[in-house]
Amino acid sequence: MYDTNYHRASSVEEAVKLRSSQDEARYLSGGMTLIATMKQRLAAPSDLVDLRHVASMKGISVEGRKVRIGAATTHAEVASSSALRAVCPAICHLAGMIGDPHVRHMGTIGGSVANNDPAADYPSAVLALNATVVTDRREISADDYFQGMFDTALEEGELITAITFEAPEKAGYAKFPNPASRYALTGVFVAKSGSGVRVAVTGAGSNGVFRVKDLEAALLANWSAESVSSVTVDASQMMEDMHATPDYRANLVKVMAKRAVQAAG
Amino acid sequence: MAKVTLTVNGRTMSSECDDRTLLVHFIRDKLGLTGTHVGCDTTQCGACVVHMDGKSVKSCSILAVQAAGSTVTTIEGIASQGELHPVQAAFNQHHGLQCGFCTPGMVMTAVDMINRHGGQLDEQTVRHELEGNICRCTGYHNIVKAVLSANEEMHGASRQAAE
Ligand SMILES: Cc1cc2nc3c(=O)[nH]c(=O)nc-3n(C[C@H](O)[C@H](O)[C@H](O)COP(=O)(O)OP(=O)(O)OC[C@H]3O[C@@H](n4cnc5c(N)ncnc54)[C@H](O)[C@@H]3O)c2cc1C
Ligand code: FES
Ligand code: FES
Repeated sequence: MYDTNYHRASSVEEAVKLRSSQDEARYLSGGMTLIATMKQRLAAPSDLVDLRHVASMKGISVEGRKVRIGAATTHAEVASSSALRAVCPAICHLAGMIGDPHVRHMGTIGGSVANNDPAADYPSAVLALNATVVTDRREISADDYFQGMFDTALEEGELITAITFEAPEKAGYAKFPNPASRYALTGVFVAKSGSGVRVAVTGAGSNGVFRVKDLEAALLANWSAESVSSVTVDASQMMEDMHATPDYRANLVKVMAKRAVQAAG
Repeated sequence: MAKVTLTVNGRTMSSECDDRTLLVHFIRDKLGLTGTHVGCDTTQCGACVVHMDGKSVKSCSILAVQAAGSTVTTIEGIASQGELHPVQAAFNQHHGLQCGFCTPGMVMTAVDMINRHGGQLDEQTVRHELEGNICRCTGYHNIVKAVLSANEEMHGASRQAAE
């Protein structure tokens, strides 16, 4: 790892200030992506601004059906939150399948959403739940936030402070894990609410997380695993790599969508 | 450079290190506790698992400065007064190791797992929870047996204490 300077922030304001005082500074949340990348010398931030001690960025609140998850909340905390499980068990299930117990004890929702890995789990939930990405300076709707692989609407130095959403009537997540990395080879998050049905796919698309409008229309007309069968998923927008062909991934989208609908009930 | 102070296995310990020093190297090289191992470069093998503030973490993927001020337990800290911890005893009894390289991480993972599930562990859960720990020798069967047996032992013991 290249040399770096560590700073510990205790408030959102302090974090943003520390980050902007150095050109090559980066936020450090759970470090489960960033430290791993620094170890490989694929990232060399001059300064790190640790977010784990910013109290206002931690924890989960559920008021009625309004959910707020602080950006520095760990995957383990989301997976085991009984308040969250009562209104949206699908997101607890998703968080409990990320990596392994040790990664879940450190990794955070804010880090995952900021990183926007095309095979990460959370982006599918954020997009399907029509969540809002709250930052130190504004609120960004999920549809505007995700802009392609590792690409987001975040400006230089912008800090995610929380993810908020209205709990849906029903939601489900099904993931076909890559057998080696456990990231999603294909993951599908489905959500049904008063305003409609949203289906978001991670791991499969050649341009990161995306919605499947045809599946949304079919599930709005008939919320059942069978109605997924009638839809054709376009393989031309799927990723191709050593793990799977575009056709295989297009098929997995349907299989995972069915399982997600079944899980949602 | 930073001065890092930690409570390790119940004792307060300090040392100077670079900001980029990984917790595992701090524990091994600065504190001389070499039971915690490094088995990979990719956060995948779990040989480096320790507990930080009561939770299992991969010490190869955390900076020592990130851990400053926290309470850390390593494999050296779980036996008490010469008595093996029930998880260590179970690994011994069920032959849950061969070369032993992965064992410190496996044991620390098992202790965390048993604590978190309050006795509710079955084989499938144990295998799922071992996702982040790789063993090249045993084929995992005896590790799973050891964890289940230790769970029974510790759960039974806590039930007795409660009665
Ligand atoms: C072995 C292993 C297995 C994994 N398996 C999976 C998996 O199955 N599914 C999955 O989805 N992920 C997986 N991950 C990734 C894991 O979920 C990471 O925790 C997550 O992607 C990043 O979160 P973090 O808190 O660790 O972020 P960090 O590593 O600290 O940061 C990641 C990036 O986001 C930036 N950042 C962090 N927080 C903020 C913020 N609040 N605002 C703005 N920018 C911020 C950082 O500057 C950095 O660029 C795995 C990781 C490992 C090591
Ligand atoms: S050495 Fe830490 S996970 Fe392999
Ligand atoms: S006993 Fe040799 S790696 Fe597990």
